[in-house]
Amino acid sequence: MAVTYGSKRTVVGAHYGWRDFVVQRITAILLLAFTLLLLAQLLFTKGPIGYDTWAGIFSPQWMKALTFSVIVALIWHAWVGVCSVWYDYAKPAGLRLVLQALSAIWLVSCGGWAVQVLWRL
Amino acid sequence: MTELAKKKRPEFRNLNLFSDVRTYRLPLAGFISILHRVSGMRMCILLPLGIWMFDTSVSAEISFGRFSAAFNVGLGFVPGWFIKLVTLALIWAYLHHLAAGVRHLYLDVSHKTTKDFGRQSAVATLVFSIGLTLILGAKLFGLY
Repeated sequence: MAVTYGSKRTVVGAHYGWRDFVVQRITAILLLAFTLLLLAQLLFTKGPIGYDTWAGIFSPQWMKALTFSVIVALIWHAWVGVCSVWYDYAKPAGLRLVLQALSAIWLVSCGGWAVQVLWRL
Repeated sequence: MTELAKKKRPEFRNLNLFSDVRTYRLPLAGFISILHRVSGMRMCILLPLGIWMFDTSVSAEISFGRFSAAFNVGLGFVPGWFIKLVTLALIWAYLHHLAAGVRHLYLDVSHKTTKDFGRQSAVATLVFSIGLTLILGAKLFGLY
């Protein structure tokens, strides 16, 4: 019988799981890189870190643009993660639907707030 | 009772939260895995706190003062030590989620799926996250 697993796997369907898998990892790498970048900026600061240093980190346009995509990545990453938790533990379809809807509202609201903070800097 | 019946080991086919969780012995890699979920959910729930910190710390000098004061004297009826404690919980969650996530990514690319490596990397994850949490926690509570 022909091998249909591993690299020879027959790819079928609409890639629902594959997309979540890839998104989870790409956003994770972006969040990790952003953490290291922020940490490096803080570690290479001389003296105590006050408001000016901290706000100064977010003042260049490229940093604002990057932070914006990090916020999107964080919300998307959290969405995939929270959904997989509901898939595993919330079995009744109705309960799962309610939890997913609440999670979506929660995450989009938080993301909106974070973007608003970033926007007025 | 026959010898066979006495030696019957418990079987876990469908875990019940109330009867099995206390007796089920999770391997260390599984322990890391469930903590990955716990830390992720914790951060999701505490997301408004994180954004509030970002907001107050970065928006203006006055709000930066409010941000620092929340840790030192408290915010409204919430005492400062409680805010520090919740922040420490957030710090642990972030560190654990980051370490366990890097472990995941490494397992994805290296395909090191042996039992030994699973255990060793789980130990490394715990040492990293708990160690750094203790160091940062000591700093947060002003021990050094």
